[in-house]
Amino acid sequence: MRREFKLPDVGEGLTEAEIVRWLVKPGDTVKVHQEFVEIETAKSIVALPMPWDGVVAELMADEGQTVDVGVAIIAIDTGEGGADAAPSESGADAAPSERIAALADDMVPRPPAEGAVEPGAHGSPAPKEERQAVLVGYGVKTGAAKRRPRKASTPAPAASPSSAPSPQTAVPATPASTTGSPSARPQAAPSGAGAASGGTAEPGAVPSAARLAVLAKPPVRKLAKDLGVDLTTVKGTGPHGSITRDDLRAASEAPPEAAPAVQAADQPREERIPVKGVRKMTAQAMVASAFTAPHVTEFLQVDVTETMEAVKRLKAMPDFQDVKVSPLLLVAKAVLTAARRYPMINSAWTGEEIVVKHYVNLGIAAATPRGLIVPNIKDAHTRSLPDLAKALNQLAETARSGRTQPAEMAGGTFTITNVGVFGVDTGTPIINPGESAILAFGLVREMPWVVDGELAVRKVTTLALSFDHRLIDGELGSLFLRDVGAMLEDPLRMLAWS
Amino acid sequence: MTADAPPELVQLLTPEGERVEHPDYDIDLTPEEVRSLYRDLVLVRRIDLEAVALQRHGELGIWASLLGQEAAQIGSGRALTDDDMAFPTYREHGVAWCRDVDPVKLLGLFRGVNHGGWDPAEHNFHLYTIVIGSQTLHAVGYAMGIQRDGGDGATIVYFGDGASSQGDVNESFVWASVFNAPIVFFCQNNQWAISEPIEKQSRIPLYRRANGFGFPGVRVDGNDVFACLAVTRQALKNAREGQGPTLIEAFTYRMGAHTTTDDPTRYRVASELEAWKLKDPIERVKAYLFKNELADQEFFDAVDAEAEKLGADLRRRCVEMPDPTPMAMFEHVYSSEHRQLDEERTAYAGYLEGFES
Repeated sequence: MRREFKLPDVGEGLTEAEIVRWLVKPGDTVKVHQEFVEIETAKSIVALPMPWDGVVAELMADEGQTVDVGVAIIAIDTGEGGADAAPSESGADAAPSERIAALADDMVPRPPAEGAVEPGAHGSPAPKEERQAVLVGYGVKTGAAKRRPRKASTPAPAASPSSAPSPQTAVPATPASTTGSPSARPQAAPSGAGAASGGTAEPGAVPSAARLAVLAKPPVRKLAKDLGVDLTTVKGTGPHGSITRDDLRAASEAPPEAAPAVQAADQPREERIPVKGVRKMTAQAMVASAFTAPHVTEFLQVDVTETMEAVKRLKAMPDFQDVKVSPLLLVAKAVLTAARRYPMINSAWTGEEIVVKHYVNLGIAAATPRGLIVPNIKDAHTRSLPDLAKALNQLAETARSGRTQPAEMAGGTFTITNVGVFGVDTGTPIINPGESAILAFGLVREMPWVVDGELAVRKVTTLALSFDHRLIDGELGSLFLRDVGAMLEDPLRMLAWS
Repeated sequence: MTADAPPELVQLLTPEGERVEHPDYDIDLTPEEVRSLYRDLVLVRRIDLEAVALQRHGELGIWASLLGQEAAQIGSGRALTDDDMAFPTYREHGVAWCRDVDPVKLLGLFRGVNHGGWDPAEHNFHLYTIVIGSQTLHAVGYAMGIQRDGGDGATIVYFGDGASSQGDVNESFVWASVFNAPIVFFCQNNQWAISEPIEKQSRIPLYRRANGFGFPGVRVDGNDVFACLAVTRQALKNAREGQGPTLIEAFTYRMGAHTTTDDPTRYRVASELEAWKLKDPIERVKAYLFKNELADQEFFDAVDAEAEKLGADLRRRCVEMPDPTPMAMFEHVYSSEHRQLDEERTAYAGYLEGFES
């Protein structure tokens, strides 16, 4: 028997979730409680356990896809007797890609099964209500279907004189006179015809004659005015063909006539990517930092020939046998050493006070498949060099595999961003919110350099330090940067100063 | 403190499964009793895990897991006599088990099909209270009632470290103390009030708060079922004998999320969890049984099999729970007839009649 697992509301009142990773594939045997998919909601990443024993028949959503609560995401053949196995979904034999196309685009989920009527449901956007938050339960029930029609003949019981003043006298109950036509509101667009059959109302069915009877909520009307859009020219996709904000925006952005539609066809000229997840967080953090902390960035070119030599020698030592030693390790060590000499660099501005931290949670900016994240090494200042190397490796590995937990990104005090790996000399980094400075470590390249009055070929890099000018003055920032540079020029200084 | 002052934390069984002595508390358990405690711990953990899974299946709206707190609940729950009355939070699934409440009845509230599925008078186990800490006032009132009726029992009330900051809890301390009420305040300090660590709740160990209100407080290893049983038993006995209230702080750890809606990885680090894993309440009893040859592999397998069966049964019965009829909302609003409510009931029934079926 084929059973379908519908995406549950795993938080309170969530309406959708993103499929992060499938842990099973079609044909796999699954057992009760086996975790089969990871989903990400607005609140957390959660692995879902399987409620049945059986064999995976079909994955009904793609990784990366956002699915509404209540939509089936996986089909399991449970092997139980098929007696009661009603054809659970008429469209079950549709190719997965088609099914997914139908689900995508933020559409109202088709109520699965139950005599499913679905011809044509694919193409046109179904009537969609604005999402509403609910406190608990199984998410928002989407508007269409479900409601039982009122009996036509029954005199409305509310008319009985004894009844207490019903708190919600509203529309349907009172007008005993409104006779047959089920659910037809007085002057609503006469599109209700289809409602009796429980089907969905045709969205575009606003009678064109009724120029004044455009359906739109007051805020939408206001927006139309602001945008200079004539509502009567807009096709509504909301309930009963009403016009939504999105319709307006689309209308105001679309060129009045389809522009020279010559090379349109195969290649879309633009692509729209929803802003969410890590991208959204990054954007918020960047804006918060850039527009609250006055940034100053200073640059320093450094001859790191000695540092590169030191890296080579460290690699050969038994203590570093199992870890990757990179120049970043020595940059980190130099930063930790300098931060002890200038604690104010490693501090936070709270508005009323400056919190100077006598510990360093050293953040390392990491480019991951899911975007930029900054996990940090807790209490990096207490670690020995091999320990620090291990922590750096581990942090990078965890980040790359996308398993960095939010707690590992919280509480950072200073950040290093290794822009050299992208092959650029330097940049003007933006401070990680809650911190006061960030160091960019650029590409190490061979350059002509003057040593003892002679021109020589040396390994040179550029350091850039951005700091929050509210609490760090130019002098302090310069001293810190100069010291980090000095230590990389001559790594022995790290010993001298630590 | 003098040199021979008792250690701060009452412990009778170490995480490694060694029996240790305590100057003030001791317990004498038959092998049969220890095995039965072990069985309770395992079954209750299983009930809890099933419920978490049911929530993930979309069968429950939410669930508050007790993972890690089994010993505190089974230990204290088993200390209760039939005459005693217990007032739980929404996490006391282990105490409910000790009060013979059918586990499936716990699920009704979280599935949204009833407001608490058992008769408190039948089990001497009050309905789950969702509002943080308010049950402490109900419990003290109940205890004062026992006192005035000349009853034999005592009352125990459960709450958490977060609730200890609530006004209700502190007021209940005052009343219990002043009236010498026969009550035991059982605080499971699981270290986290959702995302708020205990350091932000109190500057002193919670059990020492009792001193300020004028009754004794004691901290017990909340992952040690023997110690929880011994300490609670003594405190209940003191209450029944007219010696007034006791605050027990069971020092434990919430291994899971606050509820299924919460994601603890956002605010606490994995190393903390790892450290507490070593203090698991079930493993130490298992180690004790093994080392002292009080149980064989056959016993452990049988308990596991029983847990498996209980889990499957719970899954089945959870989804079979009937949805309430719309008319059910009129039940239990008033204990007696009520004219206005009757009118509303009749009107609503008529309204429902107005639909085609």
